Amino acid sequence: MLQGWVIVAVSFAYLGLLFAIAYYGDKRADAGRSIIANPTIYALSLAVYCTTWTFYGSVGRAASSGIGFLPIYLGPTLMVALWWFVMLKIIRISKANRITSIADFVASRYGKSQVLGGLVTVIAVVGIVPYISLQLKAISNSFTILLNYPDIVMPATAAAQPLSQDSALYIALILAMFTILFGTRHLDATERHEGMVAAIAFESVVKLLAFLAVGAFVTFGIYDGFGDIFARSEAVPDLKALMTFADTGSGYGTWWSLTVVSMLSIMLLPRQFQIAVVENVDEGHLRRAVWLFPLYLFLINIFVLPIALGGLLHFPDGTVDADTFVLTLPMVERQEALALLVFIGGLSAATGMVIVEAIALSTMICNDLVMPVLLRLRRLRLNERHDLSGLLLSIRRWAIVAVLLLGYSYFRAAGEAYALVGIGLISFAAVAQFAPAIFGGIYWKGGTRDGAVAGLMAGFLVWAYTLLLPSFAKSDWLPSEFLRDGLLGVALLRPQQLFGLSGLDEISHSLFWSMLANIGCYVGVSLRGRPSVDEASHATLFVDVFRRGGGAERSRLWRGSAHVGDLVPLIGRFLGPVRAQAAFAGYARSRGLGSIDELTADARLVSYAETLLAGAIGGASARAMVASAVKEEPLGLDEVMDILDEASQVRAYSRELEQKSRELEAATAELRAANERLTELDRMKDDFISTVTHELRTPLTSIRSFSEILLDEADLPVDERMKFLSIIVKEAERLTRLINQVLDMAKIESGNAEWQTAELDLREIIEESVAATSSLFGEKQIELTLDLPAGLPPVLADHDRLIQVMLNLLSNAVKFSPPKTGRVRVSLSRSDGDLRVDVHDNGPDISAADQAIIFERFRQVGDTLTGKPPGTGLGLPISRRIIEHFGGRLWVTSAPGEGVLFSFTLPQAPTGSAGRREARTIA
Amino acid sequence: MNRSNVTGQRLAAIFLLGCVLFNYPVLSLFNTSGAIFGIPLLYVYVFGAWSLLIGLLALVIERRRP
Amino acid sequence: MTRRILIADDEPNIVVSLEFLMKREGFEVATAIDGEATLAAIEKMKPDLVLLDVMLPKMNGFEVCQRIRANPQWSGVRVLMLTAKGRDTEVAKGLALGADAYVTKPFSTKDLVGQVRRLLGLE
Repeated sequence: MLQGWVIVAVSFAYLGLLFAIAYYGDKRADAGRSIIANPTIYALSLAVYCTTWTFYGSVGRAASSGIGFLPIYLGPTLMVALWWFVMLKIIRISKANRITSIADFVASRYGKSQVLGGLVTVIAVVGIVPYISLQLKAISNSFTILLNYPDIVMPATAAAQPLSQDSALYIALILAMFTILFGTRHLDATERHEGMVAAIAFESVVKLLAFLAVGAFVTFGIYDGFGDIFARSEAVPDLKALMTFADTGSGYGTWWSLTVVSMLSIMLLPRQFQIAVVENVDEGHLRRAVWLFPLYLFLINIFVLPIALGGLLHFPDGTVDADTFVLTLPMVERQEALALLVFIGGLSAATGMVIVEAIALSTMICNDLVMPVLLRLRRLRLNERHDLSGLLLSIRRWAIVAVLLLGYSYFRAAGEAYALVGIGLISFAAVAQFAPAIFGGIYWKGGTRDGAVAGLMAGFLVWAYTLLLPSFAKSDWLPSEFLRDGLLGVALLRPQQLFGLSGLDEISHSLFWSMLANIGCYVGVSLRGRPSVDEASHATLFVDVFRRGGGAERSRLWRGSAHVGDLVPLIGRFLGPVRAQAAFAGYARSRGLGSIDELTADARLVSYAETLLAGAIGGASARAMVASAVKEEPLGLDEVMDILDEASQVRAYSRELEQKSRELEAATAELRAANERLTELDRMKDDFISTVTHELRTPLTSIRSFSEILLDEADLPVDERMKFLSIIVKEAERLTRLINQVLDMAKIESGNAEWQTAELDLREIIEESVAATSSLFGEKQIELTLDLPAGLPPVLADHDRLIQVMLNLLSNAVKFSPPKTGRVRVSLSRSDGDLRVDVHDNGPDISAADQAIIFERFRQVGDTLTGKPPGTGLGLPISRRIIEHFGGRLWVTSAPGEGVLFSFTLPQAPTGSAGRREARTIA
Repeated sequence: MNRSNVTGQRLAAIFLLGCVLFNYPVLSLFNTSGAIFGIPLLYVYVFGAWSLLIGLLALVIERRRP
Repeated sequence: MTRRILIADDEPNIVVSLEFLMKREGFEVATAIDGEATLAAIEKMKPDLVLLDVMLPKMNGFEVCQRIRANPQWSGVRVLMLTAKGRDTEVAKGLALGADAYVTKPFSTKDLVGQVRRLLGLE
């Protein structure tokens, strides 16, 4: 059943499924609805740390050194506890500086040094190539083994196979193609690949399930549980020895150095950096990862020792390679489906690693190795090409192919010398060389570029000498005397017992010497020199990232002149003109401007341009490109420091200022309100004056005109003369009335009126007023009804003023009642302890809008057919003021068809003031 | 660190605890033959200590600060 | 040829005085008491000059003046604005809107008549 084509078909189906997940993830990301914005997904994606090394190699290691397979999982568990500080800082720095890879990180920290970026890339590639070859070895071996089902046949050594028949080569090429499809479909300024992350998280689940399945099968299926396996192993001396580990110094030394090196690798492996830092969507996701990721490691390791022991028990004669127990045990028990699942699990583990690692490496190769060189080669005249995005993608694709082929080459050259785990540890020791530069970089401002370069080179050389070359020697690609006798026969230079240090396993040995060289040179060279301007400013940005605002700072550390017109096409050449336009338009919008043309070419814009470009070609190259497009004026170190210091002082002050300004705002708001009120009053005063002037001048006009006419015309007919003279008199009276009322109004409003308050009987007041206006009623033949009950309590008011109010109301009633049919009714009543007077007439009703207007000064409403109503327009406002002065209300009610009703109330005179008839008060 | 300093300190403590538990002196204590429920002592110890650390990490992280 | 004068003011007594003054000069006189009536009257009688008060109900004098000037058929109509508000801004506004002259109340009758005659081209 497990024929070759079945295995291949299932594998491709699985890869297709992965691709579909990745595609879906990218689509959702583009639509803005990310599926990976989830702390669990983040934690699962970190499990890309577990490759075929974990899947196959752990069992192999356990079979030879018992519990000694475990430190590389304990290390990450410990490190993760520190992530709260360290990883958070790295993520914060990377987000603020738009870091896209580990090489970018190191290069940026030391002043965007292209040299450093290139060096890190080279080390990473050389260091990771063995690790990739490990994956290829695992897949190809497992494939071969499964193919031979039901027989258990160990694959022949790789070197023995001719090239064309070597399945590993084809696997390498297929993986390369797959990776290209995964990660280089387009250029993204942030170098994020959401689809890839989703696929990786999925793979982590598949790996775990497969391993747990086979583990459970071996432990409970083949044997009777943990106890059974261990009991049986006790019986076999060799196996019994695996229960403990060598109680010697070197035993513990190995344990310890493995722990340390894995602590570093969980952060410094390019794929780990990519997933944990670059692909991180939200800092908050770190929280769950801190315990979920160790839990994953825990789960995937529970069954390792049982499987190892079970395999050793099952295949006692050592013909079956322990690395393959995970696969061969189900096979030997005829569990086809399980075996296939295990194969897929292993495939999962390998593809995850290869894809992410290859993408990370290709990004670094493109941005930090190839592009800087190409940009410098004037021959290519890249500056004049308009769209380099295609070129960039091609470089990356070729880089992926190259990396995988290198992995394959190493596999053929040196892959047989080691078990899987051994190869992996070589890579761990390589990436450990980044530790001083990076950790020093984020905590020590004194680290300089030269120091970093020196440290990296020294560490790398020692590593190569003590681990990489020996691996070739052990596979006979280099003479083995090299190992035995040292370089040029000098015993002290024996690669694995350098300077006579023996007794350590090769990893510990290499780690010791390489770290010594690395840290020694890093610190030594850094202390000898002074940081340059660029380095110092970046050092502060990195080390103090929590205290500073972040990216916005960088822009201030730049001085120069730039043209927007230069920057946009520059970016366009790398990202493609359409994306560049869109990015800048978005930036303009975020600054509140309408279009790109309105952007000023200031430091912030330049910084933004650099950031955009960094995503495509790396920070160092980006800076170089942008610098070529703008004219930069170099800042001296002191100036930079001043600016940065200033910034921190400013920040402290600004906090104080914020506090003060909040208080100020409150006060200002009050002041503003008061000012508004004053302006309003002022305006009203102006209006009043101009209206009064107008009202006064109108009668004056008639008086003057007629007076002049009478003077000029001696022969005027008598009746005309009479008519004119009477007009003069009437207008003079009108004028006088007006002046009086205006003065009255002014006095009342300014509080200068004289009030003579006394107890008054409203009935008497009303009757007086009626008597005074009786002629008006008579003239127009308007019927007047009175309803004035006796015995009502008195009010406290001014006699003359109340008369004034009543006269006003009555004369209005007469004015607006139709002649002959008009009916006016005056009533007096009590209402809620107040006394109330109503004056109703059956004239035309007043609309709701006009009801408010009539109480405004100089405003009159009247039936427009009869023209302007006589009067000054001040009567009602004055009446209202008078009533209000004595604590009452004056209002109007009018419904269509019901005439008009004016009412006012006045409070009762308080008892106890009886007898006080006259009281002079100046209100 | 401007966020929860206490959490940070606790995590640092867990780290140190882990270093102690998984290194020479303490480790050697359990590096003898012997079994608990048929499972070798060392194995039980290592996995036990590991799960303890994970549990502590989870506890410290997921506890919501008042 | 008899000149026609339109008097637009809502104060009855002022209208009387203006009417007397214009008739004395031998002009034909018509009156209107609000803005709309003014425009209707201009349409009907095509006066040679309008004595236009600013404070008219329904449509104030400024607007009326604007309408007059907007109509090319009435380009021969002279506009003399009258107002009791004497501020410089008012005068400027009126002249800017196309009034030919502007007189503040109370006015001198001699002055007013003189302006009218001048605008009609009679002196």
